Amino acid sequence: MNSATVRNLLVRGMLAGLGAGVLALVVAYLLGEPNVDKAIGFEESHASAHDHEVELVSRSLQSTAGLATGVLIYGVAFGGIAALAYCFALGRIGRFTPRATALLLSGCALLAVYVVPFLKYPANPPAVGDPDTISKRTNLYLLMMVLSVLLAIAATILGKRLAPKLGTWYATVAAVAAFALVIGLAFAFLPAVNEVPADFPATVLWRFRLSALAIQVTLWGGFGLVFGELAERLLSPKPARRTPAAPVAAAGRP
Amino acid sequence: MAQHAAQPTATTPALPTKLPIGAIVPWAVFFGILMLVLLYFVGAEQGATSVVSGEDVHEWVHDARHLLGFPCH
Repeated sequence: MNSATVRNLLVRGMLAGLGAGVLALVVAYLLGEPNVDKAIGFEESHASAHDHEVELVSRSLQSTAGLATGVLIYGVAFGGIAALAYCFALGRIGRFTPRATALLLSGCALLAVYVVPFLKYPANPPAVGDPDTISKRTNLYLLMMVLSVLLAIAATILGKRLAPKLGTWYATVAAVAAFALVIGLAFAFLPAVNEVPADFPATVLWRFRLSALAIQVTLWGGFGLVFGELAERLLSPKPARRTPAAPVAAAGRP
Repeated sequence: MAQHAAQPTATTPALPTKLPIGAIVPWAVFFGILMLVLLYFVGAEQGATSVVSGEDVHEWVHDARHLLGFPCH
């Protein structure tokens, strides 16, 4: 239980992130890409007035190799970060086994890293968004993401502090309520972004956002299950199960 | 007897021990920053800010950036 364990968990987290990234890539390609294509179709039908820019990367590369690069790096990077967070969480967030801790952490990460920022600044397909406001939108999105993650960590610490006084159940309820309250204030006071063109098809936007959500659910769900399995095997190996099996097999032979 | 001894571990799995914070921090700082740099290149490079000139990085991860929820052009 030292630095080597941290390294082993980190490596497993990055591998689990890669595996989950592959699953998310399949979802992104099958569910997401058709909507990206429809949005680009809309963009092109409205871009006749603009000077058409030269394509640096072809659509067929963007939707395959480019998409894979982005999604897999995202999976590995968040897998590594989640594994490091897991090292801190292990044994500190309650009476959970390594596997249960991994799935709980993934679920919370899905909410804090993606769902909460998404509720304020949802994913947008091509053709939605003014190029002149990219800096503002990127800053707001990253601010929302950082705020949500930091508040989730703060809520976890708050829950832990309250647990001896209120008991685990009410401490958890209070911590989640505090998180919801502060996030609600952030939602209310941060500026809204709505740059959807008036005639952009609503169904394409809705399906694009659902597919974006499906990618994240796949990524974090897959990560939680795979990493949980790897962490469980690393942290609680079960020699006890093999020892009774060996004499039985030996006894059965003669 | 061997099976009887194994019973408690099967029904009530041993809870993990805490990893010392001091052992995690060096890994967390170094790899945390490395992972954030990777995320930056997927999510924001050649959008709001630019380290590498041109549009190649942006165009290459274009679809991933949209589908992963990052603001893109």
